[in-house]
Amino acid sequence: MNGAQPMRLAAGGAIDRARPLGFTFDGRAYAGFAGDTLASALLANGVRLMGRSFKYHRPRGPWGAGAEEPNALVELRTGARREPNTRATVIELFDGLVAQSQNRWPSLRFDVMGVNGLFAPIFTAGFYYKTFMWPASFWEKLYEPIIRRAAGLGRAAREPDPDEYDRSHLFCDVLVIGAGPAGLAAALAAARSGARVVLADEDVRPGGRLLAEAHEIDSAPGVLWAERVAGELAGMANVTLLARTTVFGLFDHGAFAALERVADHLPEPAPHQVRQRLWRIQARRAVLAAGAIERPIAFGGNDRPGVMAASAVRAYLHRWAVLPGRRGVVFTASDDGWRTADALLAAGASVEAVVDARPDPPAALMRAAGARGLRVHAGAQVVGTHGHLGLQAVDVRLPSGSSLGIDCDLLAVSGGWNPTVHLASHQGAKPVWDAALAAFVPGRLPEGLAVAGAAAGRFTLAACLADGAEAGRAAASACGHAAAPLVLPRAADEPAAQAAFFHVPGPRGKAFVDFQNDVTVKDVKQAAREGYRSVEHAKRYTTLGMATDQGKTANVVGLAILAEATGRSIEATGTTIFRPPYTPVAMGAIVGHHRGRDFRPARHTPMHDWAAENGASFVEVGPWYRAQWYARPGEKGWRDSVDREAEAVRRAVGVCDVSTLGKIEVVGRDAAAFLDFVYTSMISTLPVGRVRYGLMLREDGLVFDDGTCARMGPERFFITTTTANAGRVMQHLEFCHQVLKPAMDVSFLSVTDRWAQVSIAGPRSRDLVAMLVGPGVDLSTAAFPHMSAAEVEVCGQVPARLFRLSFSGEMAYELGVPADFGDALMRHIMQVGAPLGLVPYGTEALSVLRVEKGHPAGGELNGHTTARDLGLGGMMSRKKDYVGRRLAERPAFTDPARPILVGFKPVDRGQELKSGAHFLDPGAEARIENDQGYMTSVAFSPALGHSIGLGLLARGRERIGQQVRAYDPVRNRDIVVEVCHPVFIDPEGDRTRG
Amino acid sequence: MRYSVFSLIRNAFSGHTDWPAAWREPEPRAYYDTIIVGGGGHGLATAYYLAKEHGVTDLAVVEKGYLGSGNVGRNTTIIRSNYLMPANTGFYEWSLKLWEGLEQDFNFNAMVSQRGVLNLFHSDAQRDASARRGNAMRLNGVDAELLDREQVRRMVPLLDMENARFPVKGGLLQPRGGTVRHDAVAWGYARGADQRGVDLLQNCEVTGIRVQDGRVVGVETTRGFIGARRVGLACAGHSSHVAAMAGLRLPIETHVLQAFVSEGVKPVLDQVVTYGAGHFYISQSDKGGLVFGGDLDGYNSYAQRGNMPVVEEVMEMGLQLFPAFSRLRYVRQWGGVMDMSMDGSPIIDRTPIAGLYLNCGWCYGGFKATPASGWCFAWTIAKDEPHRLNAGFRLDRFATGHVIDEKGAGTTPNLH
Repeated sequence: MNGAQPMRLAAGGAIDRARPLGFTFDGRAYAGFAGDTLASALLANGVRLMGRSFKYHRPRGPWGAGAEEPNALVELRTGARREPNTRATVIELFDGLVAQSQNRWPSLRFDVMGVNGLFAPIFTAGFYYKTFMWPASFWEKLYEPIIRRAAGLGRAAREPDPDEYDRSHLFCDVLVIGAGPAGLAAALAAARSGARVVLADEDVRPGGRLLAEAHEIDSAPGVLWAERVAGELAGMANVTLLARTTVFGLFDHGAFAALERVADHLPEPAPHQVRQRLWRIQARRAVLAAGAIERPIAFGGNDRPGVMAASAVRAYLHRWAVLPGRRGVVFTASDDGWRTADALLAAGASVEAVVDARPDPPAALMRAAGARGLRVHAGAQVVGTHGHLGLQAVDVRLPSGSSLGIDCDLLAVSGGWNPTVHLASHQGAKPVWDAALAAFVPGRLPEGLAVAGAAAGRFTLAACLADGAEAGRAAASACGHAAAPLVLPRAADEPAAQAAFFHVPGPRGKAFVDFQNDVTVKDVKQAAREGYRSVEHAKRYTTLGMATDQGKTANVVGLAILAEATGRSIEATGTTIFRPPYTPVAMGAIVGHHRGRDFRPARHTPMHDWAAENGASFVEVGPWYRAQWYARPGEKGWRDSVDREAEAVRRAVGVCDVSTLGKIEVVGRDAAAFLDFVYTSMISTLPVGRVRYGLMLREDGLVFDDGTCARMGPERFFITTTTANAGRVMQHLEFCHQVLKPAMDVSFLSVTDRWAQVSIAGPRSRDLVAMLVGPGVDLSTAAFPHMSAAEVEVCGQVPARLFRLSFSGEMAYELGVPADFGDALMRHIMQVGAPLGLVPYGTEALSVLRVEKGHPAGGELNGHTTARDLGLGGMMSRKKDYVGRRLAERPAFTDPARPILVGFKPVDRGQELKSGAHFLDPGAEARIENDQGYMTSVAFSPALGHSIGLGLLARGRERIGQQVRAYDPVRNRDIVVEVCHPVFIDPEGDRTRG
Repeated sequence: MRYSVFSLIRNAFSGHTDWPAAWREPEPRAYYDTIIVGGGGHGLATAYYLAKEHGVTDLAVVEKGYLGSGNVGRNTTIIRSNYLMPANTGFYEWSLKLWEGLEQDFNFNAMVSQRGVLNLFHSDAQRDASARRGNAMRLNGVDAELLDREQVRRMVPLLDMENARFPVKGGLLQPRGGTVRHDAVAWGYARGADQRGVDLLQNCEVTGIRVQDGRVVGVETTRGFIGARRVGLACAGHSSHVAAMAGLRLPIETHVLQAFVSEGVKPVLDQVVTYGAGHFYISQSDKGGLVFGGDLDGYNSYAQRGNMPVVEEVMEMGLQLFPAFSRLRYVRQWGGVMDMSMDGSPIIDRTPIAGLYLNCGWCYGGFKATPASGWCFAWTIAKDEPHRLNAGFRLDRFATGHVIDEKGAGTTPNLH
């Protein structure tokens, strides 16, 4: 049955041989088993060439067996689900999996770009900073396109992602990161105390290194202990187990971010299942038990497929029952590497030699090796490798200086372990070099975080268990959960010494430090020679550690070589900064459901459905959708509809949904005094039942917002804001109250959503409103003049607020009812108004009507204008203080040459005006020095029969009747316009007051 | 040694062992005519132009960390001059012109890539504002094109034109805008300054500014007191802190801004694209990674790190534009501290203390400004008066109201 998987061992491994799975790689079909990764399955099938490197397109196979993998990157899946640069070592195999190699042409075995290797003498560290400069124009045309095509690795999908993602929150007492021996012990100790525990691990099953090693706990395989502990934790109500979950960032105040791969092990997510979930975990205490990552050794040809981390070799043997090679050599600088020889022998492979770079490896190891008949070369180094697409032999330099060639197809390399300190450093603390351990260990820890096990530099199993148990107990205890010390299971303190041995001097061939980015020992040394001596300079100059593996295997080796090259200690050289995410995270998972149309909430007014039924086109206005116009059958374009609506308002009566305007109730003993402080004009003198137009300035004296202020009672006001500024005005009021006038008795309530409000405008508006509010309300101008407010009832039963206000310049009212009645009100109004010629009008007609009346709105309230610029200087009271008053008097804001609001008409009335055009004097050259201002709003006025505009023109009021150019080169327009008064219709206001 | 393809080939034969260091690591002298505080992009550019344009070579740059350790190596690499306010447009256009000749000038390939900067708009009002800005640019002699929806669709094929919450209606394109390899800018200026005799003093933190009788006389540093006749501050996010050593209180708040880079992929995006219904900008580096960012985290901070709420918001905007990027992974996020001014525009000016000059308030416009900032600051120091191009960037403009508020956001630094 292993015929199709020649490198699969006959027995063992945490794979399910009863569940064979089919998959393809580069179009070729293979079989693996449930429990495999893509890498383990390919290795089982004798495939070790899985990728090509970034710069030299060197053939590469897997270096590791986990998240640190720099080499075996593939494009997983196809079409809209294509995921480039996916590490084959962490892809859980599923039936029907499709993967392709990347960054090669035409094929992985024969890659033309491998020719780059010939240019290696030139393509050295930072070579591109020294060339491609001549001629300058060739960069965009020639050099850069070639570089861009050659760079990148895989290909991104080109269609929207069909999968869903979710974002969720978790809160706990103790977060344990990593479910290896230390993490399991920590979680168990904490959980038994009753603390709320979250245990997250990136792997599909708990155990960590126990899954990859032949370790025993309580005289049984360590995996069984892990399963038993995980089982106990799973049964506890106070524990949440998150498998396939990588905690990838630690942020301020104990906030962790984690990514759960919910459905990546499936061909595609089940219906209604998300692909991945982002967890934001708020933990009172956390235990980092993330283990350690084995570091490579840089020697000649150390990147050839078949050269692997010794720990990975053991993982493939034990966890996946895969033989990574039949003839192995072990090259180690640690005790740990030696175990690989035993593991290979136990699996039936031959071990040609153990090469230990240390001159005197522990005697116990030497004795045990001797007993097994192993050939050991102490104080020796692998200096080079042979083989085209895979390893065939290694060259060993013996202590005598003589060289020895050894045929082999597997080289297991152990440069020692680097504690996985990343999360402990995300808050900025740098790890510190522990010379005795020959490793960086966490430095000053963020508050609430403890580090346990191998992540803290405790490399033996017994130490991990003890360390984890104590960290878990202490964390729970700090949360007020006293726990009895865990009775520790029996485990060994295996030999775990390691040397600070990072590279082999005098390598034969390229000695890689960063496999993925093809950074060699020579590159690092060259960077140091050229002055890039800071670890950050060297990183940036050589790109060391900047690939998708984020330097997990490369960084420590690189900085050790830099330290040597600059004559400094490793400690003084230091590390680069560790930043989130720990492993790459799909952007879709961060975004969750906030994508496409669900990017932001959609706000609909209570009359939205009615509008949709009546031909409305909607436009986004902040979060709102507002009706722009209501198309009628036969109308050929939006202008037809808008012209008709505007005309109807001027001729008869129209109704417009203005529910989106910000509405704020202001109440309190000091409400009037407070409003005096935030509006430019006097509000406190306003009688109950009357309304005043109000202007607010920012603190810097420029116009902030405008609206109306109605006094509904002695201590009660109802103010409106523009739609755009509703939230900001509320914020402003709260700020002014809480910070500037805390002693005032006033409070605010945003009631924008509580009231459905319509504007009823036109010469027949009074007739319509009368029908709505009934005969009991006297609407005569004498009794209810322009700028009045009253509480009334609609249809004799619905409480309502009636205001007589006008934005259109016609006699007009605004009528508000509780939001739930909005839809019914609109339908009722349309019904009773029909005989009067009532039409609904949208925001476009509203805009036409206001431009005709010269009212400033969004285009003019742009954060650059003063009240005087807008012709509203008269509203700036001199009798009181108010926000912005003082700074509004600064010289630049009172300069009489400032552009001021005026109206414009095209001299050729058939021409269309455009907002955004700049004004120039006729005959003046088109240069910024001659800029006279710009057009802010335009409309086609059906009443006048031509295009009209509002704009800000330097000394505009003095130039009424003159002509200027409206210069609009980005739309290839340049027309002559006449300056006029900004009020185009009824400048005396008779129709408004009528 | 001059960098060129010929020197590169020549050195290939000697195994690249003959390259000289890009800059010396000198010991501080007791006195320099002029000291620039801050070895970031602006400080190094200032030193370069002081030496090159004004012959000031008795000059040191003091840097508390390594050269280019601030925002010059911590940004999204965008260059452009698509500004509205006249005081900005002229300055940034001069900066863009300097970018265009920079590599040949300082003989270092900073990969200035004029691939175009496209600012999208999503409403009629934004279209009008874009037209106003585009017209202002054209009046300033700057390139600007207003694109409609279909032109945008053709130019950026992966943009979501169908299913977005705020549909794209068009864009304002500056074809000469683009990106630059950011670290190389610091290195190029550093090397150029060093070759002209400037001492670049790394790991030399200023701890005090010595003033006598209203005149600056030198700086206290972690490597001892260094006397100087003139001191120019170019300390970006730490400006308030350093200026306070001379008793100055600046109209600056320091905020954190995050940026992100994705894994490298084959070309998918050929321009710089910015989102108009929020704050987001993205480009693809020559190496293949998508480089993007958005808004400030919002709170005052000196920490060079940010938090998740803004991470989520930024990526939401990214996928609004490019839903096909959903499965791409981001590999790194980082934070820079920004010297946010009260009107969103910088300050390059003299100070009330004789011999002390100020360059700060870059908000997040600092990177693209690097050449012109250095050029104008060098002029201001050398002549003891501002150049025409930075005449608007005065320290006292907040008192007179001559503010340069590009966005019209007012005196709220975190809104610029």
